[in-house]
Amino acid sequence: MTTSIASPFEYHSPETVEEASRLLSRYGGGARLLAGGHSLLPLMKLRLASPEALIDLGRIGGLSYIREDDGGLAIGAMTTYAEIVRSELAAAAAPALAEAAGEVADTPVRNAGTIGGSLAHADPAGDLPAVVLALDAELVARSARASRSIPADRFFRDFMTTALRGNEVLTEIRVPGQGASSGSAYAKLANKASHYAVVGVAAAVRVEDGVCTSARIGITGAGPHAVRSRRAERILVGKAPGESSIRAAAQRGGVELAGQFNEDVHASAEYREDMARVFTGRALAAAFERAMG
Amino acid sequence: MTTGTTIGTSVIRREDARLITGNATYVDDIKLLGMAHMAIVRSPHAHANILNVDVTRAANAPGVAAVFTGADIQEQLGSLPAGWVLPDMKMPNHPPIAFERVRYVGDAVAVVVAETPQAAADAVGLVDVDYEDLPAVVNAEEATQEGAPQLHDDAPGNVDFEWEVGGGDYEAASADAEVVVRQRLINQRLIPNPIEERGVVADYNRGTNQITLWTSTQIPHLVRLLFSAVTGHPEHQVRVVAPEVGGGFGCKLYIYAEEVICGVVAKILARPIKWISGRQEGYLATTHGRDHIADVEMCGNRDGTITGIKTTVYANLGAYLSTFAPGIPTVLFGFTLGGPYRMPNVSCKVYGVFTNTTPVDAYRGAGRPECTYVIERLVDMFSQEVGRDPVAVRRKNFIPRFSNGHEVSTGVTYDSGNYGPALDRALEILDYRGFREEQRAARREGRLLGVGLSSYVEICGIAPSAVAASLGAGAGLWESSTVRVHPTGKVAVYTGTSPHGQGHQTSFTQIASSELGVPLEDVEVFHGDTDKQQMGTGTFGSRSVAVGGTALYMSLQKVVEKAKRIAAHQMDVPHRQVTFENGVFYVEDIQERQMSWGDVVGEAYAAKNLPPQMEPGLEAVTFFDPENFTWPFGTHIAVVEVDPDTGETKVLRYIAVDDVGNVINPMIVDGMVHGGVAQGIGQALQEQAVYSENGQLLSGSMMDYAVPTAEDIPSYETDRTVTPTRVNPLGVKGAGETGTIACSPAVVNAAVDALSHLGVKHLDMPLTSEKMWRSVRDAKAALRAVRRERAIAGRASN
Ligand SMILES: Cc1cc2nc3c(=O)[nH]c(=O)nc-3n(C[C@H](O)[C@H](O)[C@H](O)COP(=O)(O)OP(=O)(O)OC[C@H]3O[C@@H](n4cnc5c(N)ncnc54)[C@H](O)[C@@H]3O)c2cc1C
Repeated sequence: MTTSIASPFEYHSPETVEEASRLLSRYGGGARLLAGGHSLLPLMKLRLASPEALIDLGRIGGLSYIREDDGGLAIGAMTTYAEIVRSELAAAAAPALAEAAGEVADTPVRNAGTIGGSLAHADPAGDLPAVVLALDAELVARSARASRSIPADRFFRDFMTTALRGNEVLTEIRVPGQGASSGSAYAKLANKASHYAVVGVAAAVRVEDGVCTSARIGITGAGPHAVRSRRAERILVGKAPGESSIRAAAQRGGVELAGQFNEDVHASAEYREDMARVFTGRALAAAFERAMG
Repeated sequence: MTTGTTIGTSVIRREDARLITGNATYVDDIKLLGMAHMAIVRSPHAHANILNVDVTRAANAPGVAAVFTGADIQEQLGSLPAGWVLPDMKMPNHPPIAFERVRYVGDAVAVVVAETPQAAADAVGLVDVDYEDLPAVVNAEEATQEGAPQLHDDAPGNVDFEWEVGGGDYEAASADAEVVVRQRLINQRLIPNPIEERGVVADYNRGTNQITLWTSTQIPHLVRLLFSAVTGHPEHQVRVVAPEVGGGFGCKLYIYAEEVICGVVAKILARPIKWISGRQEGYLATTHGRDHIADVEMCGNRDGTITGIKTTVYANLGAYLSTFAPGIPTVLFGFTLGGPYRMPNVSCKVYGVFTNTTPVDAYRGAGRPECTYVIERLVDMFSQEVGRDPVAVRRKNFIPRFSNGHEVSTGVTYDSGNYGPALDRALEILDYRGFREEQRAARREGRLLGVGLSSYVEICGIAPSAVAASLGAGAGLWESSTVRVHPTGKVAVYTGTSPHGQGHQTSFTQIASSELGVPLEDVEVFHGDTDKQQMGTGTFGSRSVAVGGTALYMSLQKVVEKAKRIAAHQMDVPHRQVTFENGVFYVEDIQERQMSWGDVVGEAYAAKNLPPQMEPGLEAVTFFDPENFTWPFGTHIAVVEVDPDTGETKVLRYIAVDDVGNVINPMIVDGMVHGGVAQGIGQALQEQAVYSENGQLLSGSMMDYAVPTAEDIPSYETDRTVTPTRVNPLGVKGAGETGTIACSPAVVNAAVDALSHLGVKHLDMPLTSEKMWRSVRDAKAALRAVRRERAIAGRASN
């Protein structure tokens, strides 16, 4: 309760993903992977998590990179926020991603925390889940024997629960090419204490011949897990982007979460509901500006 | 004789090099041979009877040396006393380890001593405690109501004291007044956040019966006194050391349970014991600050004259009395309720109330921020009510300039004051008129911009012992110094104050260097070790320079006086003819007759040719007890902008013009103002300790308790006016707390101003974005409703 010392645990530092996966199987749910440690270690120090073993991914080579991939991006799971913020490739191909990474916490956290850790942890107030939803990313999970690709839409299942299986390691995030005249953005109301999102909205849009041909919106912080805001998206597609369509879409930002908005010391459900609308509007305005600018 | 070259200059802080290169020794850096580690089993219940504590599993766990419950060692531990006793105050028992009942989440129920911190932490979870849950109360006003859970049998209704101060006749004044404004004000509970949490290392020497405590404290000498009083261990066999202390802000100003427990356990086990608090543990077990519920009112006339102020306060004390707790919401709150204004009628009543929460005591400003908040919110509300500019109302009511004492209606005497110029300077820095134009333009665009002022007077240099004692202080509040000049002329200064971030090593060195004419490098300042220093009081209440600095100045005078006598004797002239300047003793008009500082000091120790009857050596001790407090003042101005969509409130500009009397090191004083203002903005906008109704601390970590960061504060604009005090020969008043004292009302006044055209009259701290969003929304809805009704009425009449 008041300690800041973790319970005893075993420590492994495998050199391959396969070995890490086998170790996960061996502990049968008792072990946790360790990436940047900035979500897991605080939980352990407060003894809210007391895993039998930690399997450190830090020694596995080749999990930290940002490269161009089929017009889009491939990002290694162990890539830190700071690396994403510094990447020109990310800034050009997925501005929402760079923007969100730059708004995570503070410099020390950004230097240690990883994109894979953030997504696997699936904190309801984490920034990156909203972004991978909006960018239609695929998340690559590997076990000792197999590899599969999970669409972001099917990754976040519930409060801190993802589609990853017990023996799987998240290894790569694939962001498809967003195409010409597309734009994305992330807008966030930060919790003053931790900087986590009270509400964070990522938007990715495409405009062709003056008409919005695609719009995806991901919302985090507002509910039990990050979600798409499909009702808002639908308002935009097929229309000429402009103040009135953005306003109409923003009005529906987060309606999917009706009855499920979070309520805690930082914000009431009512406030989050309205901020989902406000920040949907802000993210959309910035995304459209990039698409058409 | 002042040579005066370095007083008043921004000498770079001498302590910083070791602090920023990791060469400072904090409590946790102390490692003794055979040292064991202590962890504390704390109650998860806010209020419960302890039915049984079973330590069997913990005692048998690997690495565990001993486990103690409250019942095991209650005799040795005694009860923690309150050091400030008000008339008719109750003094409930405060066992360092609870043994019958726990009264707040975090109350200690047992301690585990083990070979490693890990083993101790593991064994904490193995102590099995059976609790019988009792109803809890966390709100001070509710705690006084009938049927509320009772914390202490000897404090019925949970009221520890009822305290009053006043002057004139407020009731008559308000009956005569043209205008009375009333408001309920909540000054929310805050959690102090020094970078270093508390920690204790205790060592016991069986051979000499000596207990040594290294503890992160602001008051090592008082800890020694109180430790000895509580445990019965003789005071001369207790040594308390405050090594490097990483901040305090008032929360290290007490005798704490852990200090007593570590000392006693070290003695029982005859081995060194270390306890280091984690941040979450500190949030539960280190005192909190503020937490007032106040009904306040101000009366006056339509021409803007204020005639009186009245407050009734429920001050939350938490579950037990912390050392200075009774003095904070009373003496340090009530006496200055007139602020810098002619306030002929003052009425103040304070209920000190127990609740099932962490004990509350001083937090930077300690009573004076709460006081200033009441006055300055009321002055703004009063100005709005009489339809006058808040600047004009302040100016109209200021006490006119005085330089040698001004008695106010509460009976205290302000030392010196000149309030207008600080206000003028602040307005000039802002360009008040220009801002009002900018504000009008911004409103037309739908932007919400506001400006807020706060003019304050505060009590510093907490000392005059007789006065303090008459008001309840349990110890003398003088300060002490020793100046020991070594035979080579180097100077050791021993101060009874106990700096923990304030830079005394630099400013005290400047005083010594100025008075003795020796280079800064030739002076060393020692503090915080009861075996090295004469008895002292400590560092709090912005008292160190005003009281401790003066004690130092007086010892320096004594040293110089003796040195002059030696020089006169050596040069064979009457001692009145000797002048001492810039480290040289000389005789006016006789060029060849002079001696250096080093020569004279050498003679003092060689002792081969001293004046008859003079003792050898060069050393002086002073215990200084001033005749009055000191009373700094000033005006702060905040400019804020509120985002109408999200409610986010940002301080765009912050102007602080303070008058702290003479200034020894301007850079250090600026730093004090900066830090204090950051904390003031924190209180105004975002910090709050939140308890659930059943007494769980919901804002129990830094992930939930919003300490401000660089992102939340603007670049400050500071200036000073200088009105020296006559209370001490240095003319200094104290500069440690002006920031927190002045800031919060300035920011809140600015936020209310930003929404005033929407009809908003008051907002309670903290001004979180949600609260501001709600205010804007509700105010706009109310305006729309009024407009609609008018339209309907208009149609009906057509
Ligand atoms: C003070 C502070 C402020 C913060 N503020 C923010 C904020 O504003 N926004 C925000 O989004 N986050 C914030 N965070 C969280 C931070 O971003 C974390 O770093 C991140 O959530 C987790 O990444 P990590 O690499 O540190 O993962 P870890 O803590 O190492 O792991 C987190 C979880 O994910 C699992 N995991 C890690 N990597 C993988 C993988 N490759 N495959 C499968 N499972 C894996 C681990 O087993 C663990 O359960 C904050 C953290 C702190 C300490």
